[in-house]
Amino acid sequence: MNTQVTEATLNRREFLKVSSAAGTGLLLGFYLPASTFFPTLEPATAPFEPNAWLRIDPTGAITVTVGKSEMGQGVATSLPMIVAEELEADWKEIRFEFAQAHPNKYGSQGTGGSSSVRGSYERLRKAGAAAKEMLVAAAAKKWSVDANECYAEKSTVIHRQSGRKLTYGELAEAASKLPVPESPTLKDPKNFKIIGTRVKKLDTPSKVNGTAVYGIDVRVPGMLFATIARCPVFGGKVKSYDATKAKQVSGVKEVVQIDEGIAVIATNTWAAIQGREVLNITWDEGPHANQNSDSIWKLFEETAAKPGTIEKSVGDPVSALASAAVTLEARYYAPLVAHATMEPMNCTAHVKTDECIIWVPSQTPQRAQTEAARITGLPVEKVTVHLTQLGGGFGRRLQADYVMEAVKVSKAVNAPVQVVWTRDDDMMHDFYRPCTFSVFKAGLDKVGNLIAWTHRVVGPSSKGLVVSAAVPEYEIPHYTLDYHILETGVPIGAWRSVGPSQNIWLLESFVDECAAAAGKDPLEFRLNLLKENPRMQGVLRMAAEKAGWGKPLPKGMARGIACGEDFGTAVAEVAEVSLDDRGYPQVHRIVAAVDCGQYINPDTIEAQMEGAIVYGLTAALYGEITIEKGRVQQTNFDTYPLMRIDEMPKVEVHLMKSTAPMGGIGEPGLPPAAPAVCNALFALTGKRVRRLPIRLEDLANGG
Amino acid sequence: MPATSFIVNGKKHTVDLPSEMPLLWVLRDVLGLTGTKFGCGIAQCGACTVHMNGEAIRSCITVVASCEGKSVTTIEGLSANSSHPLQRAWIELDVPQCGYCQSGQLMSAAALLNEKPKPTDRDIDDYMSGHFCRCGTYSRIRSAIHLAAARAKP
Repeated sequence: MNTQVTEATLNRREFLKVSSAAGTGLLLGFYLPASTFFPTLEPATAPFEPNAWLRIDPTGAITVTVGKSEMGQGVATSLPMIVAEELEADWKEIRFEFAQAHPNKYGSQGTGGSSSVRGSYERLRKAGAAAKEMLVAAAAKKWSVDANECYAEKSTVIHRQSGRKLTYGELAEAASKLPVPESPTLKDPKNFKIIGTRVKKLDTPSKVNGTAVYGIDVRVPGMLFATIARCPVFGGKVKSYDATKAKQVSGVKEVVQIDEGIAVIATNTWAAIQGREVLNITWDEGPHANQNSDSIWKLFEETAAKPGTIEKSVGDPVSALASAAVTLEARYYAPLVAHATMEPMNCTAHVKTDECIIWVPSQTPQRAQTEAARITGLPVEKVTVHLTQLGGGFGRRLQADYVMEAVKVSKAVNAPVQVVWTRDDDMMHDFYRPCTFSVFKAGLDKVGNLIAWTHRVVGPSSKGLVVSAAVPEYEIPHYTLDYHILETGVPIGAWRSVGPSQNIWLLESFVDECAAAAGKDPLEFRLNLLKENPRMQGVLRMAAEKAGWGKPLPKGMARGIACGEDFGTAVAEVAEVSLDDRGYPQVHRIVAAVDCGQYINPDTIEAQMEGAIVYGLTAALYGEITIEKGRVQQTNFDTYPLMRIDEMPKVEVHLMKSTAPMGGIGEPGLPPAAPAVCNALFALTGKRVRRLPIRLEDLANGG
Repeated sequence: MPATSFIVNGKKHTVDLPSEMPLLWVLRDVLGLTGTKFGCGIAQCGACTVHMNGEAIRSCITVVASCEGKSVTTIEGLSANSSHPLQRAWIELDVPQCGYCQSGQLMSAAALLNEKPKPTDRDIDDYMSGHFCRCGTYSRIRSAIHLAAARAKP
């Protein structure tokens, strides 16, 4: 999977337009139509494209409006870095603000698919470059000299011969009256001063003193707080309810029914939680009331006996398997997993007669806007969506369910309302990473070459989420992938790294099985299958070399390797593991090699790799959502644990010098983490982990 | 509903609230101090950590009645101008990603340094393992605690 935004595709759609904000300085706007940039997600994802503005005040302050959601991946710094580079700005003058939702002013404001920086890069460079040329032209005009005699540096235009200087603040108003250059000259990347350097994140100071505003921190005069009792069974509805006791709880103001359930509205969150506790609700549990995890797996296993829809077919795998010297077959189970953002879902809405205002931590603010318009009947331009900081996104906040609830509740009570999800709500009403069942078969020839590979996958609801990145990068002469998509009633959605998050685990585990069956080194086996893919070979070799692949380890420790290429970035990881006294895996070190092409901030690359690896390891070690009687059984962190600091491995990130097109970085570090660990466990124990999370009994009894 | 008086960040507050209301919601929804975060409500994640009489506590399970006469410090009161050595180390190493858990992480780390000015990795594991960070900033948290400890006066 290699989703890339090229300069050419952006140029075709892009044009710059300037508007002069009278007396306040230079305002550059970007008008970008949406494109179908991230086609593998369905149906939750609108097309994703970025947008930005820059504003220079007469004081010299430069504000970059960030048209993407900040959820820890650093866009509130990396996008301004791109603008500042071409603008020749003094970084100390740079501020940022989040764009409000707008149907088209900023293009797509959706944030996902590790796309924000690479999708914004060329246009933000042009934005900065165009502004710089206008500032230079304004100075030249003032001095009555040729613009070629002037240059810009650190937010100042300088006349080379005379040494005269004017600051951007001093030039802002004059520059705003000049035409926008259509094709501004971009810098030669070898002259970059900001891009490629370790710039500290602009919003970090606000995150160490409590002043950063997340959605749950929004406070509006006269606002109320609400919780919602939702049917614990997916697809269920309220049959009847009695709110007598709830209304007696101190602080509870109102109880109303909305489509999603019963809302308890109070003067504070605690009262809303307490009121909900004593609601008496009879549910119509709907068609999924008897669904459970065992029946889902059984259905998947039975379905896998039948041929599915062919996704890809090469050569003649049936004959190749029949003639193979060695064949192997394996069945893999990837479970449902939850996003579990640290900030639970929440949204604040104020529906008035003639407008609607929303404050929300969302990855899709435009979707919030259109849903609010639909629910209220207001025109879209009467819906204002303020984007806050996101306390984690990971794909969960691509959905708009929690926004719709807040709009409905505010509409019902005619007041500003913050709907807060408790952790139980968040865990039990997620859009989970799909559970999938896979049957693999492979054939090796007499000398251990992989000649045939078949893969049948069965998963829920969405082909895109189940099948994306399920085709390996490996060169296999006889190959098929076929699939069945079934309905289970369980909502599923994009989860950090999407398809690759489970499919790279499957592929990299099974290819490791093939290497073992061939009696070959797992690294060499992979390299031999990637002769046409020097980029992947490169990261594999780099990770192996930095990790000391093949060198002895202390007794009781072993290494495993895995790789993946997704979101335009190639990553290989080597894991070092041991077992503790209980026989449970301990991950000591992950050595990662990354080829993401041109990058903006190496510190962000390292942070995102670390974060992605922790997210992937958490799922491998702990992550599983199970269903019983149509209900999610996990309710909070006591039943859905996450990795803690005492389990944190040493993570080493090595960046490949690369001329590849710019790739994403928020997700690609995740998929190889789980298979690298599972492959290391195989090297250590001889037991193959074929279902996640890793279980003690599978390490003791697997095979 | 008996009135409860306690000090928050040096300022005395008297509130008239249900005695079992957790301090977390008093801070956030009544006093407007939203730097202390809600994560789980059952003392599993650490996002709500504040100091009570200098000790790190989970405000989500600390009822307001138990705060009578106590002195509470939240992230907003950890220092003036983000000058606490931990806050400075956090900025220097750019620890936060989404940042949502970091108020709680910082309050626990501050309590740790009060108890053990030069903590070992093991001390940090023991003290900080009650906190989740979904973004995976654990390595930087560890480094920042060591950095702040190294700079502290002996």
